[in-house]
Amino acid sequence: MVRSLRRPKLAVWKFASCDGCQLSLLNCEEELLAIASQMEIAYFLEASRATGRGPYDISLVEGSISTPHDAERIKAVRRISRVLVTIGACATAGGIQALRNFSQVEEWRRLVYARPEYVQTLETSTPVAAHVPVDFELRGCPISKTQLVEVISAFLHGRRPAVPSHSVCMECKRRGTPCVMVARGTPCLGPITQAGCGAICPAYGRGCYGCYGPTETPNPTSLMSWWKGLGVEDGDLVRVLRTFNAGAEAFRAESERREAH
Amino acid sequence: MREQRLSVRRASAVKRTKTIKVNYLARVEGEGALDVRVRGGRVTEARLRIFEPPRFFEAFLRGRRFTEAPDITARICGICPVAYQMSAVAAMEDVCGVQVEEPVRLLRRLLYCGEWMESHALHIYLLHAPDFLGYESAIHLARDHPEVVQRGLRLKKAGNDLMALLGGREVHPITVRVGGFYHVPVRADLARVAEQLKWARDAALETVRWAGTLPFPDYEHDYEFVALRHPTEYPIIEGRLVSTRGLDIPVRDYDTHFVEEHIPHSNALHSRLRVRGAYLVGPLARYNLNFDRLPAAVQQAAREGGLGPVCRNPFQSIVVRSVEVLYACEEALRLIDLYQPPQRPFVEVRPRAGTGYGCTEAPRGILYHRYTIDGNGVITEAKIVPPTAQNQKAMEEDLRAFVAPRIDLDHATLAWQCEQAIRNYDPCISCATHFLTLRVDRE
Repeated sequence: MVRSLRRPKLAVWKFASCDGCQLSLLNCEEELLAIASQMEIAYFLEASRATGRGPYDISLVEGSISTPHDAERIKAVRRISRVLVTIGACATAGGIQALRNFSQVEEWRRLVYARPEYVQTLETSTPVAAHVPVDFELRGCPISKTQLVEVISAFLHGRRPAVPSHSVCMECKRRGTPCVMVARGTPCLGPITQAGCGAICPAYGRGCYGCYGPTETPNPTSLMSWWKGLGVEDGDLVRVLRTFNAGAEAFRAESERREAH
Repeated sequence: MREQRLSVRRASAVKRTKTIKVNYLARVEGEGALDVRVRGGRVTEARLRIFEPPRFFEAFLRGRRFTEAPDITARICGICPVAYQMSAVAAMEDVCGVQVEEPVRLLRRLLYCGEWMESHALHIYLLHAPDFLGYESAIHLARDHPEVVQRGLRLKKAGNDLMALLGGREVHPITVRVGGFYHVPVRADLARVAEQLKWARDAALETVRWAGTLPFPDYEHDYEFVALRHPTEYPIIEGRLVSTRGLDIPVRDYDTHFVEEHIPHSNALHSRLRVRGAYLVGPLARYNLNFDRLPAAVQQAAREGGLGPVCRNPFQSIVVRSVEVLYACEEALRLIDLYQPPQRPFVEVRPRAGTGYGCTEAPRGILYHRYTIDGNGVITEAKIVPPTAQNQKAMEEDLRAFVAPRIDLDHATLAWQCEQAIRNYDPCISCATHFLTLRVDRE
């Protein structure tokens, strides 16, 4: 894609989020200066007050769309970006703040703010792809910095990023971690969750809690019946699907089906 | 995107009347802006505008299980997730009447040392130092001084590696649970990071000496400092709340002494001491209230960085942070040396209806959590007060005092200096705006 004498321009944008995915770029301590030498980091407010003009060759977008102002701003970002990559669960699934989508945001605003009229917010928190076309979605809460470097490098060289869409189970197998559900009866979201984290939770003795969102072809209905068999209560089945990727289609649909029961 | 660029303009032709606007504050976490208005040579308005979108954490915590709070509240901040996890577990263990074993307590402290190192090194080298040296960013700084930036990045990495070892990953660690840890390391794992920490300790000492040579504006402010105070330790995960003007209370009395207000220009609430108003939390407050709890070698290093036992110049907070990085390295090495894996990584915690209180020292200052849970362990009320919300008033007061004698500077210079004054605080705007209160004021 980017084959010219000038260094390609990178921009990093923030919407509703915790900054953790942008931080993953700064956490590439060993690669950061190399990235900076290959690209012009033209717009990255968390790192620099210098703001180079667009258009940008790659825009990384963190955060979900949750205010009227941000719904407009994302369109402007799209217009000045050749490639737009969303990073993290907020930008790809609406984030934890998408829990409002199952509730009455007006009530929350009154509950939480003494002067709700000062606070502007939308009824929903939605992924960037619900507003503008997105070239690639990098999952995770937080994203994996290895995958981030892969995505940046792939777009620099005009190829698709090699980011797997299989489940966490594959990573467990590769790592040699015995299945926590089979061996210990620990409820685990691994079978329906996309790989990327390195299957750290099972390796560290707990079940996966789904921070990379649904895998390509998940069967949450089946997995939830297994969980039920392990003694998990109905309310907890709904809650476990409603965390950082509550707005992702497969998790949302199954949680609503379970709630309706 | 014109509005996203720094814009500084004259409000009118009247001499010494100007408006300094920085529409998007750079090199801070989250989204905020700065407005300072000067009329007839007087600062009439200084506002830190926070427009980071609200995320309603305290609302959706209601109805969740008490065991979920550490994973959920970690997502308030990517830079200091451990702080949220630690305040949450402290509050939940308080309400359930649980005390963890000493090795678990020390392991929490060790994990938190990793976060202090990572967060402080990020702020010192990537967010703050470029201001003093006149660069737009650390990447620009690295062109002229690569060794400085590389030292900072490696120091940050040492903190991140410690967090990843104990927590599974550096952003949003996965091992922390109410009652202890899902997983604890063996001694050999820690020996591996100890080598890196020894390098980090030397680099931190160099950082203190280097930070001490930066050019500091001549500016002091008479703050009321608020921090935790522990009988023997430099405060990280517990203590009483004390201040330089005589406050000395247990954490559970926080709400009796502190109150939050909602003002129109900010999505984050302003905290104040009910009787005295603005106060300051963070590295300066911890240092000033707990200098005597630092090991002699760290106190000596602080002196080499040009500090006495008390520091009132917020610009020197970069030196104080460096001193705290050094302390975190020393303390981590001490804790690794002491470490014996606990008998059990966690104790089973049975929920008990009631209200629990937790407060720990996030890198940016005290982070207060309060939860009410029912007998089934379901959260019925949550309150979270992050450091930046507590510092907002002090930040605005600082801007007023700082700008007044400098209003004849050219606009661009003054705007940059105001940004720097805000960056002294290392404000965490994403955190601040997720701060909510359950006190409802319907007019």
